[in-house]
Amino acid sequence: MSTQKSVLFDAPGPRARRRIALGNVVGALVVLGVAALVVAELARKGQFAASLWEPIFTSAAWQYYFIPGLQNTLRAAGYAVVGAVLFGLIFGSGRLARSGAVRWVSSVVVEFFRAVPVLLMMIFFWLLLGFNQVPEPAFLAVVIALILYNGSVIAELVRSGVGNLPKGQSEAGLAVGLTGGQVLRSIQLPQALIAMLPALVSQLVVVLKDTALGQIIAYPELLRAAQTFGNGNSNNLQTLAVAAVIFIVINWALTAVAQWLSRYLSGRTSGTTAAGPGIGNPTVAAGTGGPGGPGNAIAATGDASAT
Amino acid sequence: MGDFLSQFGELFATYDVPGAFWVNIQLTFWAAIFSLVLGTVLALMRISPIASLQWAGTSYVNILRNTPLTVIMTFLFLAVWTQLQITLSDDFAQNFFRFGVIGLTVYHAAFVCEAIRSGVNTVPLGQAEAARAIGLSFLPAARLIILPQAFRGAIAPLGNTLIALLKNSTVVVAVSVSTEASTLMREMIESNANFIYAIFILFALGFAVLVIPVGLLTTYLSNRLAVRR
Amino acid sequence: MRTRHAGAATLAALTALTLAACGGGEVGGGGGEETGGADGGETIKIGIKFDQPGLGYQDGSEYTGFDTDVARYVAEKLGFSEDQIEWVEAPSANRETMLQTGQVDMIFATYSITDERKEQVAFAGPYFIAGQDLLVAEDNTDITGPDDLEGKNLCSVTGSTSAQRIKDEYAEGVQLVERPGYAECVTALTAGQVDAVTTDDIILAGLAAQDANKGKVKVVGNPFSEENYGVGLPQDNDRCEDINAAITSMIEDGAWEEAVTSNTEGTGYTPNADLNPPTTDACA
Repeated sequence: MSTQKSVLFDAPGPRARRRIALGNVVGALVVLGVAALVVAELARKGQFAASLWEPIFTSAAWQYYFIPGLQNTLRAAGYAVVGAVLFGLIFGSGRLARSGAVRWVSSVVVEFFRAVPVLLMMIFFWLLLGFNQVPEPAFLAVVIALILYNGSVIAELVRSGVGNLPKGQSEAGLAVGLTGGQVLRSIQLPQALIAMLPALVSQLVVVLKDTALGQIIAYPELLRAAQTFGNGNSNNLQTLAVAAVIFIVINWALTAVAQWLSRYLSGRTSGTTAAGPGIGNPTVAAGTGGPGGPGNAIAATGDASAT
Repeated sequence: MGDFLSQFGELFATYDVPGAFWVNIQLTFWAAIFSLVLGTVLALMRISPIASLQWAGTSYVNILRNTPLTVIMTFLFLAVWTQLQITLSDDFAQNFFRFGVIGLTVYHAAFVCEAIRSGVNTVPLGQAEAARAIGLSFLPAARLIILPQAFRGAIAPLGNTLIALLKNSTVVVAVSVSTEASTLMREMIESNANFIYAIFILFALGFAVLVIPVGLLTTYLSNRLAVRR
Repeated sequence: MRTRHAGAATLAALTALTLAACGGGEVGGGGGEETGGADGGETIKIGIKFDQPGLGYQDGSEYTGFDTDVARYVAEKLGFSEDQIEWVEAPSANRETMLQTGQVDMIFATYSITDERKEQVAFAGPYFIAGQDLLVAEDNTDITGPDDLEGKNLCSVTGSTSAQRIKDEYAEGVQLVERPGYAECVTALTAGQVDAVTTDDIILAGLAAQDANKGKVKVVGNPFSEENYGVGLPQDNDRCEDINAAITSMIEDGAWEEAVTSNTEGTGYTPNADLNPPTTDACA
């Protein structure tokens, strides 16, 4: 924040300081006013009644709903992340391969799965696996859809991570007699992977958020568990708010890790370290040789989340 | 093969596939406009010198960005519409469509805000210093000097957000908008299981056809409009 | 070297997350394994709904409802005591699959006997005959049947044909909202956001009998279809006759009547007396 302040405003003088202080008070009043309005309206509709909140703070609520739900969320997210990293490494390297056919196939796969909504894939795999009598179709559908989408995003991270390395790195490798594949494996990928770690952790946030789509295909993750509980106790507002807080805390912690990694790792690799924006598709403008070269978009959005 | 094609053509005639995509496009259109407005306001708050507004903007972004969109949509249906009995229209289809737009707007506004802020970061220090030197205060400087350049620098992340918005428009099924593409795909597959691959490819390509031009346009614009430094 | 440490730390964190996540959760209570096998005896896996109060419902670690009561009675006649039953969730869309792949031995889950299903699975029973009906607010007097729904708001479950039937056959101008579960429909009904919820009458009665809804909603009591609930079995089974005998004896000794009343208590619901209690069909 401190650098940004210096971009936009001069060190304020006495008058400007007074105006900022005044603005601060007015701003605070407006923000608090809006919050108070919401709270008053909720109170008017009886949403703070103890009877609506008490069921949430019983051990049964956590033992049978929130914790199993969270376990299912983490289970799907865990498998999806590991799968997506593997998928991303394979197809990301594929897009950097010497063979034109491999590059072409990898590009089509990656571009296709990045363009298709995750929910569409989830519904498709859920029905497909269900028709073919595979056990646990909802869980598998969530995992597969998340692997295909996030794996494609990670493939782009790999590609732009390698693209962002200084040219000298690969030239030095070639100069000491390594082949193209050896340069990629032993010089470029290790540095690119370190560089993309923060973005990878940001992608974890995307994965975790998208597991909630499983609710739509009846995968008993945190959101669906909360919904089941809320319907049983007629306190959906309160229960969903608690579920949202759980998601927010986990994702916020992951984002903080990503930003820390981004700061910690910069200067320790010749690649660009930046956390991703946490929405997926961070690489639209990459790879076409824009002004900043490949990976421009990641770097740009990355700055945004590095407050 | 000819037989397959004619059967598939018949299927296409029974269901209004373009109509379903049109619903997603409409959702995206309205949510894009509203989230651009809200996101810009949030970005201004976050870069303003006023601490309380900075704090409010930052809190909004951190909360909304870390909440799954499905949770927001479910909350709108079960908590806002059902439990708080807030209705936006007597017509069900309109009512849920508007809730869908609201859900998409509040979620993506957080990303629009961050995209614009990243655009602001591409504006060199000298620009703001020059603005101050000619006597512009914060808002005029933001309006005349910083934001026009920031928007140009923000085109790539804004384009990414628009693509995400278009794809995320399928999530409105959680707020009971039942005319959009993913719901129609599910209906079509459930009653025509033998065409499951063809139906999925049809819908997937439909989205690819919508998404890829946006991506290409974004890349083109961000290269063309970028301020060369 | 510090770079490598950070990388290793992140990988370790990812691994930990995956490991921690390996054991899946069972939302709504303990799974089948916990209930069975304690005494080393043989167990029977029974598929039920977990989310339909009054029929098949998981309330913490307890299983309640009419379907579970019939299942317990039948299991006992087959020689399985209560703790030898493994309850398994059998969602509507998965029922045939679960029987064919042996994930369950039998299913009591509002499973209508149809010719189409008979091609894939076998049925014992029926043990109940339900009909599509409407659930409305307690003080509602102007909705007495599906024809009154013109211009009204109706809630049903995604993928169910019952709402579409009303739109096609009775009231074209009805406004439909579809939700993944009935509980959400009832919540919307008690909040006054929809005028009616539709599905089989006994399902509606079970929803109405929930503590949270008691006295707020009622079943209209004018069923306009006939659904024969049967016991789903794999096609190669040797239990059909025994199950039918158990159902008949349950009806004769009054346990059936008692199960219906206790699960729909306080809703004023009575099953369609012309059809209930049913006589079981011959086994194929």
